Amino acid sequence: MDYLDQLEAEAIYIMREVAGQFERPALLFSGGKDSICLIHLALKAFRPGKFPFPLVHIDTGHNFQEALDFRDALAEKIGEKLIVRKVEDTIRERKLVDGKGKFPSRNGLQTYTLLDTVEEFEFDACIGGARRDEEKARAKERIFSVRDEFGQWDPKKQRPELWNIYNGKIDKGENVRVFPISNWTELDVWNYIKRENITLPSIYFTHERECILTPQGQLMNTNEFVTIEPEDVVVKRNVRYRTVGDMTCTAAVESTAYTVDDIIKEIKETKISERGATRMDDTLSEAAMEDRKKGGYF
Amino acid sequence: MELLRFFTAGNVDDGKSTLIGRLLFDSNSISTDIIDTLTKQSKAKAENADIDLALLTDGLRAEREQGITIDVAYKYFVTDKRKYIIADTPGHAQYTRNMFTGASNTDLAIILIDARNGITDQTKRHSIISSILGIPHVLICVNKMDLKNYDQAVFESIRKDYLAFAQPLGLKKISFIPVSALTGENVVNKSDNFSWYTDETLFDFLENVEIPQEEANNETRFQVQYVIRPQTQELHDYRGYAGALLSGKIQKGDKVRVFPIDALTTVEKIEKFESEVESAEAGEPIILHLSDDLDISRGSTFVLDNERPETANEIDATICWMDNKPFQKGQKLLFQQNSFRAKAVIKSIEGRIDIHTLDSTEETDEIHLNEFCKVNIKTAELVSFDSYTKNRKTGAFILINENTNNTVAAGVIG
Repeated sequence: MDYLDQLEAEAIYIMREVAGQFERPALLFSGGKDSICLIHLALKAFRPGKFPFPLVHIDTGHNFQEALDFRDALAEKIGEKLIVRKVEDTIRERKLVDGKGKFPSRNGLQTYTLLDTVEEFEFDACIGGARRDEEKARAKERIFSVRDEFGQWDPKKQRPELWNIYNGKIDKGENVRVFPISNWTELDVWNYIKRENITLPSIYFTHERECILTPQGQLMNTNEFVTIEPEDVVVKRNVRYRTVGDMTCTAAVESTAYTVDDIIKEIKETKISERGATRMDDTLSEAAMEDRKKGGYF
Repeated sequence: MELLRFFTAGNVDDGKSTLIGRLLFDSNSISTDIIDTLTKQSKAKAENADIDLALLTDGLRAEREQGITIDVAYKYFVTDKRKYIIADTPGHAQYTRNMFTGASNTDLAIILIDARNGITDQTKRHSIISSILGIPHVLICVNKMDLKNYDQAVFESIRKDYLAFAQPLGLKKISFIPVSALTGENVVNKSDNFSWYTDETLFDFLENVEIPQEEANNETRFQVQYVIRPQTQELHDYRGYAGALLSGKIQKGDKVRVFPIDALTTVEKIEKFESEVESAEAGEPIILHLSDDLDISRGSTFVLDNERPETANEIDATICWMDNKPFQKGQKLLFQQNSFRAKAVIKSIEGRIDIHTLDSTEETDEIHLNEFCKVNIKTAELVSFDSYTKNRKTGAFILINENTNNTVAAGVIG
């Protein structure tokens, strides 16, 4: 078997284990490339049957419209149930304080919405598209990652995970985060997208966009949530997104990639990592991701 | 392109994380922003420090604080020929279970030996674990050769000692490479200092080492993960058994025996990704349809009728205890082999294995964290299995504590 076949088989195996072991699983779907791959894998794992789980999106309110439209269209096309819960509603209901600053982040706030949603539907497993190559704390996480009632990850209490034997046994109130494409890298994802001819939202490909060029050299999309100040350098550039997170904390990269082939070529040549190029939230501190995961984040 | 999974093990301070860092760094697999961060972190520790490549894999705060590896870190790199999945496993004895976790499904073990110290207790433990796990190939990297003036005699003496020690372990294949992870010599690039060593560098070794196809050549084993029953108008009678073909090959029309019900039937149809296929090979995710309506559920195993596995509800196995709490007599456990689960108890502990000598002690009642024991397990249902040496897919299992849900042990049958 080719290496992509092996990665695909591993991911499908993991998804079927979720279906076999849990009563109320969910697949977290954002309209980003990784979760679009998860849907493609789920189709391969379960068709001609229905998915044994709904698709769930935690909408931060700062998402790109292209990703949201794509999300709705794909869910409709495959005829699977989509549940959307909004961070805005959580902020209102729980009287939380919205993100502040120039690029207000709802990264911390979306954990509340996620945990509320898990509780509302009593989800016992949430499948996500996180990959170990993204970040060094993620490189340490198991494929079946058990979370306590507060959604917290305890890196010191991880269950041993041997061979391809997955232990998803939990008590009521706990849940498991499952990462079927843990062992895929950014390049693997794109090679798979190419091989399987998977359609993606347009913002992954080059387009002209108005951006603020930050002093650190990042290109931040201008939008209703970002305050433009007189000293800001606003530029128009041909850009694309390597990851599709919140508009307020995901930077675009300059690119001339029109096709998946162009993107693969670009990734092979680039010297900067996916999160390093695009995420403001990870650069806050050395253990930023570890801390967010301990708090219930993905 | 091929996929190679390997793990690295070694004593604390043998330079394991540095070796992986070096491998990634010199093969241009680390991004510049990550190198910048590492340089900053290294400088923060000591002003004149070179880049500390070990920081690359020590991803947890506690690991960076203590300067040790606690849990497995997975790292990836790719060449034109292969994709590599590296499990960087901890060296400390107290994290043996994490080492076992990282090593379990790999094709190659890389064990580091510090040229100054030679074989240590850790080397022995990691080798014995590799032997228990049936890792097809063990590569000994004799590291820190720069601190021994690249002396060939040092390398040869360690090789000789290791081969003598490993002789009774039954390791299938053993190779040796002298390196300096710190300077990078013989990792990716050759060095004049090793003029006496004409064989492959570590990188070339990884590119060329044979990837065993054990599962493909083994007897046919399929296990049901999930039963697909759409129950819609068009697919009213559809009943497909979804799972991975664990080993061997399967063809439409094959006579298969189903366990645990021990019934004979025929493969009526094989589906893969909504298309019908004539046959499938090891590792492929498929959906099987059978000609008879039998009592089949998750965990049922299908085999070719002329390739019977063993079936029993008492199993002799070697286990590694992984729970902080010691084993208690009568503890209620679950036995899980792939997707098959049954209630189980450890009936007797036939002896503890000394992980440094392979000697076995007398019968005992206790098993503590990180100990290896030969045990007899009784299961509430009939299990179909092969000995681990015959089939790594059907001879491996975990034990789950029914009360705490923790994975408390991992075992190999036979």
